[in-house]
Amino acid sequence: MHVLVLAGGLSAERDVSLRSGRRVAEALRGSRPGWEVTEHDVDGSLLDRLRNHRPDCIVPLLHGAAGEDGALRDVLDAFGIPFVGSTAAASRLAFDKPVSKELARTGGIHTPDSVSMPQSTFRELGAGAVLAAVVGKLGLPLVVKPTRGGSALGASIVRTEADLPAAMVGAFAYGDVVMLERLVTGTEVSVSVFEGDGELLALSAVEIVPEGELYDYAARYTAGTTEFFCPARLSDDAALAAQATALNMHALLGLRDLSRTDLIVDADGVAWFLEVNVAPGMTETSLFPQALLAAELSPGEIAAGLVEAAIARGA
Amino acid sequence: MRASEIRALFAVASRPEVVSLAGGMPYVQALPVEMLTDTVERLLRERGPVALQYGSGQGDVTLREQILDVIGEVGISAHPDDIVVTTGSQMALDLVTRVFCNPGDVVLVESPSYVGALGVFRAYECDVVHVAMDDQGLEPTALREAIAAVRASGRSIKLIYTIPSFHNPAGVTQGPERRREILAIAREAGIALLEDDPYGLLGFEGEPPRAIRADDADGVIYLGSFSKTIASGLRVGWAVAPHGVRDKLVLAAEAAVLCPSNYAQLTVSEYLATQPWREQIKSFREVYRERRDAMLDALDTLMPAGTTWTVPAGGFYSWLTLPEGLDATAMAPRAIANLVAYVPGTGFYVDGQGRRNMRLSYCYPEPDRIREGVRRLAGVIESEIELVHTFGSAGPASPPSGSAVPAPDLA
Repeated sequence: MHVLVLAGGLSAERDVSLRSGRRVAEALRGSRPGWEVTEHDVDGSLLDRLRNHRPDCIVPLLHGAAGEDGALRDVLDAFGIPFVGSTAAASRLAFDKPVSKELARTGGIHTPDSVSMPQSTFRELGAGAVLAAVVGKLGLPLVVKPTRGGSALGASIVRTEADLPAAMVGAFAYGDVVMLERLVTGTEVSVSVFEGDGELLALSAVEIVPEGELYDYAARYTAGTTEFFCPARLSDDAALAAQATALNMHALLGLRDLSRTDLIVDADGVAWFLEVNVAPGMTETSLFPQALLAAELSPGEIAAGLVEAAIARGA
Repeated sequence: MRASEIRALFAVASRPEVVSLAGGMPYVQALPVEMLTDTVERLLRERGPVALQYGSGQGDVTLREQILDVIGEVGISAHPDDIVVTTGSQMALDLVTRVFCNPGDVVLVESPSYVGALGVFRAYECDVVHVAMDDQGLEPTALREAIAAVRASGRSIKLIYTIPSFHNPAGVTQGPERRREILAIAREAGIALLEDDPYGLLGFEGEPPRAIRADDADGVIYLGSFSKTIASGLRVGWAVAPHGVRDKLVLAAEAAVLCPSNYAQLTVSEYLATQPWREQIKSFREVYRERRDAMLDALDTLMPAGTTWTVPAGGFYSWLTLPEGLDATAMAPRAIANLVAYVPGTGFYVDGQGRRNMRLSYCYPEPDRIREGVRRLAGVIESEIELVHTFGSAGPASPPSGSAVPAPDLA
């Protein structure tokens, strides 16, 4: 059995992806010593490699564009090699935050009001007037972030109108379209979902308490800068609501194998959908592995189970 | 943007699609490998047991004698006893700081300064104070004022740290008169001058600049390195220090590593004894001059109005200043997305200066790649100008962060 773990890529989350890849490859080797598990970057040599040394299954662990937007998964489909995770089409829906939020809304799931605009809108209509209109509609504070990409790169919380332009420039550094989203305060949680034995399971919500006000890149990947609670300190009803939201989003978007949904649970116990990740981080500080460990599940066993299921399913 | 975000971007810069103008790796490929193969083979055959054994904490005595020839090129005459061989001159920086500085002591550095030195000073909890530069390097009036201001605040200044030739990252060089002025100020104030000179022999025009240490054996500690003139992977550098300082450096070196690698030292020694090392330095100069020219030509042709840069007469780097209102740190992700990398200027300061600056290196990429990198960078700057014009802001303030620079092994 030959499993190829794809990690790296050209996105700003390359380093995170490499760490995720190493960790998952090690876990697979630990759980299935007989398997040949290799890590590979997504670069000019990949397709030759797939042709000349065809793996039985691929585990794509690329974060950010190409890895999560479906493009690479289309290529894997074209090669007819089974892979773990969502289809290209479903990944596309999940990766684009305005699209996944709109689908959430139509599915009756709460998600904070937002608007998303490309840079050209601001240039053509005048940034000041557009931002004033957005603040008029959504109020303050706002979360400003690129509509695509993860790890909170380019994201910031804006409390005054004067801070908006700087936040916009910071977000546009990471993407061509930026979302302004009403900030919902409450408990920040993340719910990991995976399919095992043909059943979709939601793990306990992990609560995130960053040192600063934002669970940003540094807070995510620097051990000790963020406090985690698993299970989250929520009422039973709120915890169930968070898990139900994650399961619903997974189903609504037609996701496969695994996903991680980020939410805010407000003071009334309402779960607000923020985003869903089809290639959740698997680093030592990442949320999905934490949730598995809290449930006393072996990441290696779960990963191996997903690989076996992908092979059984075929390309 | 936090330092860890910038470092994450450098992880992308290692991909071959990205033109990296961010790293500082010498182009060791220009060293004919057979030269070193012969050297190493002969060394192991003839003196293997010595090369593989511990050596003296101060460094191999033959090598120290040979270093006298190398520093003779920048006008220094010294005695082999004045030299302490170290694991790269970075270690000499560490030892000097350890010997001179207590927590809270002030070190005066240039604006901007070498990030590896800032890291050392920070590690020993020194107070780093930046002193302004002009196109001739460290600025005498600013230096006098800084000394007076720090002393007026009741703090003690232990070192003036300067890179007089082909500055990293500023790309400027102190002329002879400027060097005399800086030395006179240091002497008058009774402060030791730490002269860091890794690039001194890599000038593109005329003779190598005369070291400050050549005119003062007592008040100047001189740091040299074979990293750029032979190979950085050998990790052999040295300090030339006055007697009292040197003994302390040796004790500190023994405490840290017992002795520098004998194998690496004897490799360098054998190389210097048997190979045409001066010729080799000339060919390094030619390689870097061609690349500098490629970079400067491309910058001249492509950079949008309002962008300025220094014209290095040697070394590896040019220091670029963006048009008013732009922030090199905020722009870095956009550059990476467009497959070009640089080091944002804030990494070369401890106090948040350098937002409009970036360091561009031309030492590693081939000239064609340099031109392509500058072309991409010009496009990135043009889009950033438009973005900043749209929003009237340069982006989120970048915090002071000396760690937002690449690791040494980035191209």
